Order: sequence, then C-alpha cells, then structure tokens
Amino acid sequence: MISVQVVVVGGGPGGYAAAFLAADLGLSTALVDPEPNPGGVCVYRGCIPSKALLHVAKLVDEARHASDWGVDFGEPKIDLAKLRAFKDKVVKKNTSGTGQLVKYRKVQYLQGLAEIVDAHRLTLKLTDGKEEQLQFEHAILATGSLPAIPPTLKVNDPRVMDSTAALDLPDIPKSLLVVGGGYIGLELGTVYAELGSAVTVVEMTPGLLPGADRDLVDVLAKRITHTMKSVLLNTKVTQMKPESNGIRVSFEGEVDPKEQLFDRVLVAVGRQPNSKIPGLEKTQVQVDQRGFIMIDEQRRTHEPTIFAIGDVVGEPMLAHKASHEGRVAVEVIAGENVAFTPRAIPAVVFTDPELAWAGLTETQAAKENRKITIAKFPWGASGRAATLDRTDGLTKLILDPESERLLGVGLVGSGAGELIAEGVLAIEMGATATDLKLTIHPHPTLTETLMESAEVFFGQATHVYRPKRG
Amino acid sequence: MTTATSVDETEVKTYVATDFTLPELGENIAAGDVLRVLVKPGDTLAKDQPVLELETDKATIEVPSSVAGQVKEVKVKAGDKVKVGQAILSVDDGAGASDEKPAEKAEAKADSKEAAAKQPKGNGGGRQQTKVEEPEDEEAEDEEPAAANTAAKVPAGEPGLEQHVQGAKRDAAADKPGAKPQRNQNAEPDEDRDRTAPSVAKAERSERKVVDIKSGARVSAEPAAPEAPEQPPAPAAPSVRRMARELGVDISEVPGNGPGGRISIDDVKAYAKRMVGATRSGAPASAVPLPDFARWGEVERQPMRAVRRKTAEHLSAAWATVPHVTQCDLADITALEELRKKHAKEVEAAGGNLTVTAIAVKVVAAALRRYPQFNASVDMAAGEIVFKKYVNIGIAVDTDRGLLVPVIRNADQKNIIQLSVELAQLSEKARNRKISLEEMQGGCFSISNLGGIGGTYFTPIVNAPEVAILGISRASMQPKFDNTQFVPRLMLPLSLSYDHRVIDGADGIRFLRWVAEALEQPFLLALQG
Repeated sequence: MISVQVVVVGGGPGGYAAAFLAADLGLSTALVDPEPNPGGVCVYRGCIPSKALLHVAKLVDEARHASDWGVDFGEPKIDLAKLRAFKDKVVKKNTSGTGQLVKYRKVQYLQGLAEIVDAHRLTLKLTDGKEEQLQFEHAILATGSLPAIPPTLKVNDPRVMDSTAALDLPDIPKSLLVVGGGYIGLELGTVYAELGSAVTVVEMTPGLLPGADRDLVDVLAKRITHTMKSVLLNTKVTQMKPESNGIRVSFEGEVDPKEQLFDRVLVAVGRQPNSKIPGLEKTQVQVDQRGFIMIDEQRRTHEPTIFAIGDVVGEPMLAHKASHEGRVAVEVIAGENVAFTPRAIPAVVFTDPELAWAGLTETQAAKENRKITIAKFPWGASGRAATLDRTDGLTKLILDPESERLLGVGLVGSGAGELIAEGVLAIEMGATATDLKLTIHPHPTLTETLMESAEVFFGQATHVYRPKRG
Repeated sequence: MTTATSVDETEVKTYVATDFTLPELGENIAAGDVLRVLVKPGDTLAKDQPVLELETDKATIEVPSSVAGQVKEVKVKAGDKVKVGQAILSVDDGAGASDEKPAEKAEAKADSKEAAAKQPKGNGGGRQQTKVEEPEDEEAEDEEPAAANTAAKVPAGEPGLEQHVQGAKRDAAADKPGAKPQRNQNAEPDEDRDRTAPSVAKAERSERKVVDIKSGARVSAEPAAPEAPEQPPAPAAPSVRRMARELGVDISEVPGNGPGGRISIDDVKAYAKRMVGATRSGAPASAVPLPDFARWGEVERQPMRAVRRKTAEHLSAAWATVPHVTQCDLADITALEELRKKHAKEVEAAGGNLTVTAIAVKVVAAALRRYPQFNASVDMAAGEIVFKKYVNIGIAVDTDRGLLVPVIRNADQKNIIQLSVELAQLSEKARNRKISLEEMQGGCFSISNLGGIGGTYFTPIVNAPEVAILGISRASMQPKFDNTQFVPRLMLPLSLSYDHRVIDGADGIRFLRWVAEALEQPFLLALQG
C-alpha cells in the first residue's frame, strides 16, 4: 500500500506542474501516467511535436521565398525518416527532462493506469503488470482529452488519421483532406502543405477558426489560399469510403464536385474530455452533459478530497491553462485560500502567419453588447515586418472606452504567439492604453506594434495617420 | 452568470403576459420541488419579490418574481415538482394594479434602444451615475441625455437593491469614473439593469440560502467559466487579487484609485480595514461599553487572534441558538484501563497512542449509528431535521493558537488502532499549524477530553450545527459498593451536552448510558456497535 498526501492522475502539462509544485511545497506526492515519463498529449502527441514540424515547415517556406530576396536554394529535398527522427528527438528531450525533474523532486512516478476505489483510495494497474493500492489525502484528476471523431467520420482505415497518427508522418500524401478548420487541422495542414501535399481543408461553419475575430482570420485565410489547394467553407463531410486508390469523400455544401478522392484524410474536428475514469462513479464527483468534470473556482469537485484540472474540466483545452489550474489546486490543497481567476487565457494558433489572442475578443464583445473601442495597427506600417518581408499582420487592442483599460489583444502575423505574452500581462495588470503607449518598446521589433496600437487609440501613432477621435 | 440571459428572456416575455413562469435557474437545473409558496392570491407582488422556495439538486433557492401586480392565482403548491417554463402564478396587472414598473421599463427600453446596442456593460455606469448627481459634468455625446434621464429614475423605481452598499460606494465611484463597474450597474438605464439586477440579487440570495440551510455546505460547483462574460473583471493585478482573497475581500467591491480605476494593494488594504472597522463597531459584543479598567490598576490590551475571534463568534452563536442541556454520568473503566495498557505497545508500533479519547471516538461512532438523532442538524428555516448517514467525529485539540477541532472521517468504519493513528496525526497537524480547513469541516459530533489536565465534570458547548458534544474529565479511583463491600474502581466522569430542540432528556441519558456501558464492557461494542 502506497500512502501519499497528493496523487495526481495524468502526467500532462497540468498534471506534472501540479505534482512538481506539490513536491516543492513538501507534500508527499505521486504521479500516475501510462507513459514512461510525464508530458502527456502535449509533449508526446500534441503541442511539442507539431511545433517541431511547423518549425521545419516555416523553414521550407522561407527557403522557397528566398529566391525573391536573391538567394535560391532550389527545391527542398525532404528526408521523411530524418524529419521524423528530429521530431522524436525533440519529444525525447522534453520527456527525459520531465523525467529528471520527477527524480530530483522525489515525486513517486507510477507508470500505469488508475482506478478509483473511493474518495481516499486508488487501485493502480502498473505497466509492469503489478497491481498496487494507493491511499491519498487529496487527488488531482488531470486526465486530459482525446481526439473526438463523430460516427460518420469513423473509418477503419490507416489512411484516415487523427492528429496523433498525422504527427507520425507515415508519408507525404499527394492529396490530403483536413476535416475541421480549427487550430489542429490548420497547423497540421500547414505542415503537410509545406512538405508537398495538396491540402484541402473542409470546415462546416462559414469561417476558419470559429471563435477567433474575423479580421485576424482574414489575414491568415488570405495566405492559406497560396499554401493550400483549397478551403471549403460551409461544407460538411457526409461519407468517407476507403477505396484501393484513396479515400472517397462525399461533401454537402458549397463544393463541386460533391465527391472527391484523397490519398489521406486527417480528422481534426475537436477534442473530448477524458472523464471516463474507472471508478469515478464511486465518488461524489459529477460530470456535466458534455463530459467535463464539474469543479468550483478552486478546482475542487463535488468530492471534497478530489480536484480536477485541465482539458477534463472544460474549455479552453490548452496546456498553459491546465498548468495554472494544477498549481492553483495544489495551493488550495496546501491550505492556501486561492482560486483560478485569470483575466486572460492566451490562445495561439501556430499557422503561418500565427494567430494569437487573449482576454476579450471583438466577437465576444459584440455578442454581449459590450461597448468597446478597437485600436488596430496594420503591420504594413511596421519597419520590422517590412524587413522580414512579412507585412501580412495586424495588431489590435480591445479597450474599454471609459477607463481606457485594455480588455483584450488580438494578433495575427509572423511570431504573434510570442508577442501575445505582453498583452496577457497588460490585461492581468489592468494596464490602460496610456500605460502601453508610455512603455518604451525596442526598435525595430514587432512588439512596437502593441505600443503603436495604443497610440492609434489616441489618434497619435507615429507610423499611422488617423483622423482624431470623435 | 448562466442565469442572466435566461432571466432576461423570461422578462421580455412577461411584459405582455400576466403569467409568471419558472425562469431558468442555472446550468443543468431543469426542475425543482416547491418547499414553500411565499405569496397568496390577493397579495400585491413587487418585481424581485421572492415567490417560491424551491429545492433543486444543487441548492435551495428563493425564486424572485419578474412580474408585478396583484396575485390572481397561484398555480403551484408546496410539494409540487415544477419545471423551467411552467406557470407559477398569474397577476392582474390591469390599470389599477400596475405600478410604474412595466411602463418605466418599456420607456427605458425605448429610450435606450439604440444606445443599448453599444452600451457598456459596467464601466459606463460609473460615469452615468456621476452625471445623475452632477448634471453639469455632461459630455457632448448623443446618447447621453437619454441615458441620464432614465438613470435618474432608477433610485425611485428600484428599491431595496443594496442601497446602503451603493450609498457607501457612491463617493468613490463619483470621482473615479469607471471605478465601480459592478455595483453601478443598478444605475444603468439599458436592459443590463433589467437583466443583471435581479440576477445579482438572486445569486446573492441563493448563496446566502445555501449557507443558511445547509450550514456550511459548499456552494455547488459550477463548470469552469474562467472569463466572466457579465462585466469587465475588476482591474487589479493577479497579486492584488490574490491578496484580496486572502483577506476575505471581494475584489469587485474594492474602489480602485489608480488610472482607469485600477486597484492597488493599498486600495485593498484600506478597504479591508474599513470592513473590519464596520464589523467591529456593529458587533453585538461591544453593545455594553466596558469600564476603564485602568482606573483600578495596570492593564494590557492584546488583539484577539484569528482563531480566538472565530471561536468567540462561533461559540456565542452556538450558545445563543442552541438550548443546551448537560447530562452527567460515570463510566467504570477499570477493565478498559487494563485492556488499554495491554494493547498500548501494539498501537504505539502502528504510530498512534491508545488513549481514552481514541477509544471514546469508537464508542461514540457506534452510539451515533444506534441513536441517529444525535447525528443530525436542525434546519429551523425549512422546519426539518437533517440526518447524516456518515459518521465524522471532531476532536477538540488545545493548541497554542487556541482551540481547534480536527475531524476524523467515517469513524464508524475504522478500528481503534486506525483511529488512534489518525487522531495522533490530526492533533500533531493541528498543533503544527499544518491542518487544512477541510480537515476541520464536516463533523457530526464533537468530543472534548479535558481529563489530561483534571477536573470532575464540565458543561461543554455544542459545536453547532452539530447537536451534541461529549465532555470527558479525569478518571479517578473511587470506592464502589458491589453489594457486599466497597471495591476500588476507576471511574471516568462523562458530560454530554445536547440540543434540546431535537434531543429530549430521556434520549440524552439513554445515549450517555450506552456510551458508559460500552466503555465498561468493551465486549458490548463488538456485540452491538
């Protein structure tokens, strides 16, 4: 019988962040996960491997464009085995790193699966075949999410892939259909497109990246028309039939012909919470209709000894949200009176160009009839963007007209994912347009676009002429 | 949060209809049981007046009316199950009965229809309120006059909504536009007012209700909603928010003095100080002014520490609400003492101490199973007794911070060795300040053993909302007459205090006798417990 103060079930970025903090606070801690090291979907089959591939995709793209700048590298030759090895090395570096940290912190790492016995006990089915009983004072459920595949898209054929299979780069198909115009579909679609596939994206709704502000998406959509073969909006996939020379896909919507053949299909329509934890019904933990574990603002479930964090408790399903929640849960367990109350959770789409936003979006403000003022700075006016030959970008601030306080930031452009962090900090600190305007930003960088957006708000941007407000 | 939109929807409907239907009450709540109907035909019903007490799986809540007028017919009764959308009552809102509300609302809606589309959620209110009080401060913007007009009516038309809070805030809000996004909503002329005001009121009411009725039960967990859609969150840095929480201050209540109403650490501290000041001056404890003790000799004043203050408040409340009876008895523990000594080593090896307290926990746990009225709480508001199907026992621990009561969970399912170990761990944690709040919650019955220090009997105060407490004093050798001669027996004095509202004297002594006999004949525990 293992007895610990805190057990964390699930070793993703939420789970291991929680376990590590628990150990740092002096609590005896165990971490349960089926993989040999912590990392979860993010490190093994998500954020990390996809970013390694996107880095290479970007390089390919820049090499192609280099001829415009007077340097010609010729057509890139792609060694798929080597590329795969690079991606695997990146994953390995990350997971062995977390593995080391587990040891340094003396977290008890239990490789296997957990079954809940009651509000104080788990049964562990360990990978080495052993079964263990574990007694805990508090448990944190961080079981994450799984790719969601609707029944019509469930086809038992290796050429129909989910994101996990697509990240394994089985080959570079001549034609690839990406079902779902969300961030997963667009990121992986970008990788395959840059590697040479003719990529078609099909999206049920009228626009890519539902939920994101349209002016940001438009910039991306414009670029995508060059990198991808086609983007089918307002279109549904009604059927997929495996045939010897490909997958025959039937569409419904604004598309012609209604039936097309693809070498491979990537289904990326979303993710579903992994809340089917064996034994969960033996506790008072409650799960809502969509399968998310219900929690309070301290991340506590209806069972006082059990907390839950990350994808399994709700949107947005993002690693950094999970980590923060994990740390909050542990602090609560350690007796601190804290809660999960972020003002802004940044979202980043690592397409080319990247999209990023945090806090209030224009879309959401419109939906709530909230009075806001928008200040935009197009990257055409940025010296740095010009030097990169990437003026396809936009920085936008969403401000409260009364207090001039920053409520949201939206970005599209090369490196937007890094730029958003300043916006998040500004929102969290309750910064006003004046604060941003009066903070000296380094020249020439893309960060200046945030400062100059604030200047736009006052009608005094150095590099943009706008008639005065009112 | 989730109710706001739906409340709004129902209200829109009720401008024309005279039926009041059950509004949406929150996510996943589709129905509830009517506990009480709070109005009857002929009553004059005001908007936001509670009409029903409804029990849902999440909480017991009061449902406020979204209509006003004279109640014509009440269509539900206590015990009915009602669904969202079902008609609750109808009102006669004919010419005579109609107060200005529906009209005013319609007007407000019409006036601000265009403005409303762009109306700010929160911060706008600050400025409009400023305008109501200082009309000359107006800016030249088209929609403003209309907004100011309707806002001016609000105080008259919308009574009872935390006026005092608003009044107190008004100054700060007035010179800092946008400083008070939340409260000032009451003064907003657009549909936000119609929408948020009742929902805010309802939320507060239902929360209070939860605390009242379930006494300390947790507010139901809501699914994650990190970015509150209702109003811009208070402009305070994460560190400031965290500190506010630690001080028990609702950050959205704190007036910010920084640019754009930004709240600083100093703002939070100042607010917390005012809050404490307000509570102190209003506390009944200081009702009788104290004499100047220094007239008779030297004195020293020390601030009450948090635990002390909490204990004082809690026990005063318990003493004031619970009609106490204390019953005393003696248990002959001569045989038990031998057993205790015999098995002490064994328990020590497991990491515990085989104390009288640990054994008493086991005995009391069994007694609570036998006498369920001792494992209960009184809900006077609902006129019900809450029987608990679990047995969690609190143990009073004397620490340098004051009296703490850690709780042993499911004590009836543990053997004496386990109880001894857990008791040792919990006491240790309590003394080392490692004990969490959660480990001190959820108790059903408390035990206070002062025998280690001495004494014969005492009258412990029931740890409300529990209904009984067992006090244990020091055991002593006493002569006992066994029908032929006096023999020395080790006698343990027991004092049981209980809540006479639910426990009668006969039950009290039955319970205490059972406990004493179980201690006298440990076999009884195995046999009946």
